[in-house]
Amino acid sequence: MLSLHNINAFYGPIQALFDVSLEVRQGEIVCLLGGNASGKSTTMKTILGLVKPRGGQVVLDGEDITSLATPQRVRRGLASVPEARRIFPRMTVRENLLMGAYTRRDKAIGDDLARVLDLFPRLKERLGQSGGTLSGGEQQMLALGRALMSRPRLICMDEPSMGLAPKLVQQSFELIQQVNAQGVTIFVVEQNAQVALSIAHRGYVLQNGAMALSGPAQELLHNPDIRRVYLGEVAA
Amino acid sequence: MLDQVINGLVLGNIYVLLAVGMALIFSVANLVNFSKGSVFMIGAYVGWALISQLGWPLWAALLAAALGCGLLGVLIERVALRPLEGAPPIAPLLSTVAVAFILDNLGLLLFKPETRAFNAPLPTWRLAVGGVNVGLLDILIALISLGCIGGLYLFLYHTRLGSGVRAAAQDRDAALQMGVDVDQARSLVFGIASALAGIAGTLLGIYYNSVNPAMGFSAGLKGLIAALLGGITSLPAALVGGLLLGQIESLATAYIGLSYRNLAAFLVLVLILALRPEGLLGRAAQRGYEVTTGVFFSVGKPRRVPRSVLVGVVLAAVLLPLIPNSDYVVQVLFIGLVYALLALGLNLVAGAGQVSLGQAGLFAIGAYGSALLTAKAGLPFWIALPASAILAAILGVALAYPALRLRGNYLAIATLGLAEIVTQTILNWEGLTNGPLGLFGIPAPRLGGLLFVGARPYYYLALVLVAVSAWTLTRLGRSQLGRTLGAIREDELAAETYGIETGQYKALAFGLGAAVAAVGGALFAHSSTYISPDIFTPAISVLVLTMVILGGLGSVPGVVASAVLLIALPEVARPVADARWLLYGVLLLLLVRFRPQGLLGREPKQSLSRGQTNVGVKSPEPGLGTQPEFAGTQGK
Amino acid sequence: MAFLEINGLSKSFGGLRAVDNVSLSVEEGELVSLIGPNGAGKTTVFNLVTGIYPPSAGRVALDRQDITGLPTAQVAARGVARTFQQGRVFAGLSVADNVRVGAHVHLDAQRPGAGLVARLGPVGRVVAPWLRLPWEAALAVVQPPRVQGEETRLAEETRSILGIFGERLTPRWEDPALSLSYANRRRVEIARALALQPRLLLLDEPCAGMNPAETRELQDLIALIRREFGLTILLIEHKLDLVMQLSDRVIVLDHGAKIAEGTPAQVRHDPLVVEAYLGRAA
Ligand SMILES: Nc1ncnc2c1ncn2[C@@H]1O[C@H](COP(=O)(O)OP(=O)(O)OP(=O)(O)O)[C@@H](O)[C@H]1O
Ligand SMILES: Nc1ncnc2c1ncn2[C@@H]1O[C@H](COP(=O)(O)OP(=O)(O)OP(=O)(O)O)[C@@H](O)[C@H]1O
Ligand SMILES: [Mg+2]
Ligand SMILES: [Mg+2]
Repeated sequence: MLSLHNINAFYGPIQALFDVSLEVRQGEIVCLLGGNASGKSTTMKTILGLVKPRGGQVVLDGEDITSLATPQRVRRGLASVPEARRIFPRMTVRENLLMGAYTRRDKAIGDDLARVLDLFPRLKERLGQSGGTLSGGEQQMLALGRALMSRPRLICMDEPSMGLAPKLVQQSFELIQQVNAQGVTIFVVEQNAQVALSIAHRGYVLQNGAMALSGPAQELLHNPDIRRVYLGEVAA
Repeated sequence: MLDQVINGLVLGNIYVLLAVGMALIFSVANLVNFSKGSVFMIGAYVGWALISQLGWPLWAALLAAALGCGLLGVLIERVALRPLEGAPPIAPLLSTVAVAFILDNLGLLLFKPETRAFNAPLPTWRLAVGGVNVGLLDILIALISLGCIGGLYLFLYHTRLGSGVRAAAQDRDAALQMGVDVDQARSLVFGIASALAGIAGTLLGIYYNSVNPAMGFSAGLKGLIAALLGGITSLPAALVGGLLLGQIESLATAYIGLSYRNLAAFLVLVLILALRPEGLLGRAAQRGYEVTTGVFFSVGKPRRVPRSVLVGVVLAAVLLPLIPNSDYVVQVLFIGLVYALLALGLNLVAGAGQVSLGQAGLFAIGAYGSALLTAKAGLPFWIALPASAILAAILGVALAYPALRLRGNYLAIATLGLAEIVTQTILNWEGLTNGPLGLFGIPAPRLGGLLFVGARPYYYLALVLVAVSAWTLTRLGRSQLGRTLGAIREDELAAETYGIETGQYKALAFGLGAAVAAVGGALFAHSSTYISPDIFTPAISVLVLTMVILGGLGSVPGVVASAVLLIALPEVARPVADARWLLYGVLLLLLVRFRPQGLLGREPKQSLSRGQTNVGVKSPEPGLGTQPEFAGTQGK
Repeated sequence: MAFLEINGLSKSFGGLRAVDNVSLSVEEGELVSLIGPNGAGKTTVFNLVTGIYPPSAGRVALDRQDITGLPTAQVAARGVARTFQQGRVFAGLSVADNVRVGAHVHLDAQRPGAGLVARLGPVGRVVAPWLRLPWEAALAVVQPPRVQGEETRLAEETRSILGIFGERLTPRWEDPALSLSYANRRRVEIARALALQPRLLLLDEPCAGMNPAETRELQDLIALIRREFGLTILLIEHKLDLVMQLSDRVIVLDHGAKIAEGTPAQVRHDPLVVEAYLGRAA
């Protein structure tokens, strides 16, 4: 469905991604792991068109979309949960959620709003509060809910569990699985490797801006070497 | 009384139209649009041509003005703003200044400077309400502006595109990720705001029965004041602000006199902003939640100029006057250096993230201070000069103190108002300042036995003072104090959390900046021997801000260079006579386009919206000298 | 009386009681964690202690002195440093300058009389800065040996603080903070807080965005700075392993109110806490 081919991305003179390739197939959950500053967010931004690579291709549904602007990509069914949430601070919770449905024209937006609010009762209590005053975790819920509102085919999530309380971390991963079961493809950057790999089909590991490893999630999860070196598993 | 109120209402409604446009563009592009007034002027002329000259009916002319100006707005967005994607956030502001220059001077060329009568063959039907006459035009103006506000409100809050427009203003990258075509939204908003300006221009022309090319600047200012009075980001606020401004002006004109009209308007503005920094209806930003980062100025360190280049330039500057027949050049360069002092003062303030449009006021304080101390109090120049600098520092802090709680655009306009208050006070305090007649015969300085005659001694003195100021400010910038000011610029709340009394340090920056600017004022006064209040216009403040931005956002040598350049450019363009200011505008536009980071600013390595980026600006060999950070557990 | 003493603290936003009659104390040298579900009011407690919001009710005392409602800058001057949950570095300043700004309150050669001003009466506090600040500006320009000496010390201090983070920050020393990755920006915040040489350190989710190994690394780092600097720390964190291993005591908030307090082991098995916060996995 989506693939990156030999992406090289730069910030000014500094190269952040080196020949990164990856593939996300229809209906999968794919997770991207890696240490801090390894280029995870940059990969995500390249997929979304916020970073323009200097070399390589981004392909969606067999079509080269490397030069396509972000809004056009969103129209083709991409949605995102950005790093650090990026809630619209002066819009209410409700308005923020509706922004998620910006590209939709159908009548079912109201139903979806109700469904998302059922998923996150806290947001339901706070429909009129402005996004900027929500607590960190509440904002994260809002960012998740906002992405669901677009009825996307593929959601890119940059650390969706960041700032969530343990109980909600479990719930949010269950939610990701549910959403996936309904046919939405998911590409997720996660630090919580253990949980992420346990729900993912396949995984990739970035290191210093280059793809170090890839494979079925179960394989990555059970390879002790990988657990120790790449997944930050603490040798017990 | 009631007559005045009605009059104020009508005037207010026109301001409302302008304010709405300002608020709209501000809320979408986070941009104060300086070209607004010029579009307004063009609109007035379109209306004038169609109605007065070609005899079109009012409705058709309004429609045409709206359409024409709307297209012009879209064009401005395309040409002046869209290419600046990823540039420092201040660059677009500069670009709109350039556009204003171009349009105003185009207007001057096309329509000639004289005022023209604007006769609209409207029915003279009038309605008597409780002893007051309300004209058809008055009602029409009210209806049109209310209609526009209503329509816009519906658009912004009840349409999809409208919410996209608002989202784009709050977080551009996040809006993109929701599928909002941000460019298109901005283009649309520029079109709408300009169409409103076109309508407002035509209506104001009819209202005053005249049009002239200079009407743009003051109209733009009025729109901005009105928008700020209300609280710039909301429509009802623009309505309230516009109507309030209309009332103030109309009542002040009737009861105190025409010359107090602007003074009254600015006093009320400063007062309201001091009491309610977010405007009458504006919502206060939630403390602690909204990051205030880099509203205007935020960059890495500016580029360093090699010492050899600096020495070379200084040497050339010292030797230049020795060339025979260089009087004229020296005179021009002297003025350039005076502006360099004004710009250096502002540069310091801007380094703390504070945008001031009040340099004209400090310029005036320095000039009048030194002139009065020498001419009236008989002090020698060498005492009057530092005395006027200290006076300016004290006055600068005292005046700006209530405004220090303000941020970004609010502060900019409040300082503009303060400067206006200064010049209006000078104008009206005839006993001390000789009022509109100005001060004559300001004595020339004396150094040892040498009396300053001609431009050269002033030039050398200015050169020394600029060098000393530049050196001082550079040292200051590299010290802990410089970092402290930088921290305030980046995030005031975080700065406070680290023990920085932001109010005090901002005041310090204002005081020091005022002192430096006042030195420029004093030099100017003595060299020209005559000053009058009408010299110190808001246009000077805009020009000085332009210099600072063009210099490279915080780069001291850059600011000096751009001050001299911007003063010298029009002189170089003298051969093209009438078109030279037009050319100036075009050059400015090109400069911003190709060096959005300023003359000596660094390449914009990354856009400044936190963390999201534009990449691929330059392309050195890939991978060279890059040291990616260590990932995860490596090396442990 | 404990080092940090919070009594009956409350804060309402409109109808919402974000913090509801919370009392807690932290002894000198202790590390206390504040945990609780999202929106429980943890960050708001930090905002109240640091004077970002005035409390609706209650008192805060630091080292036996009442600091309730004190302006934010003065709270810092008394030795309280904090990091922000949403990560607020000075984006346009270099990494090193971020840290140097953190040292603001204890620079006395460059900021003569600053400590004195805080001890003056209300009138003196208004007047004195105007005498002090021009002097500070003059020193910044002239840079007499005393100031230069302090600058040099500051540079060394900055280097050693950044050095605590190993190779993560030192290579980026000169780069603007905004060019760092998310987690590294948060490390810069911690470095900046350390530069203040705090007596009380407030950390708001320092490990957000870090994987287990990195979290472990930061945990060691927190333990290290605690030992080295004898810090008193109040910590907000959702990563339980870290909380359990580092804390002397844990306080649990829910809906603004304190629902449990005790040693990590006690809190972990408290049914209320499991219900409100941990969920079934615990
Ligand atoms: N705006 C920017 N300008 C310059 N360099 C940048 C910018 N953004 C990121 N980088 C650099 O690119 C590299 C990769 O950053 P990225 O944000 O992709 O890391 P990440 O894997 O998401 O890390 P984290 O886990 O901390 O979020 C880092 O070295 C970072 O410093
Ligand atoms: N300025 C404000 N206006 C209105 N409500 C607010 C404001 N600040 C915080 N709140 C609300 O108060 C509650 C407590 O917020 P706080 O940020 O303290 O939560 P928290 O415990 O830090 O949660 P998290 O773990 O998600 O960061 C939240 O429900 C939040 O929405
Ligand atoms: Mg990241
Ligand atoms: Mg919080």
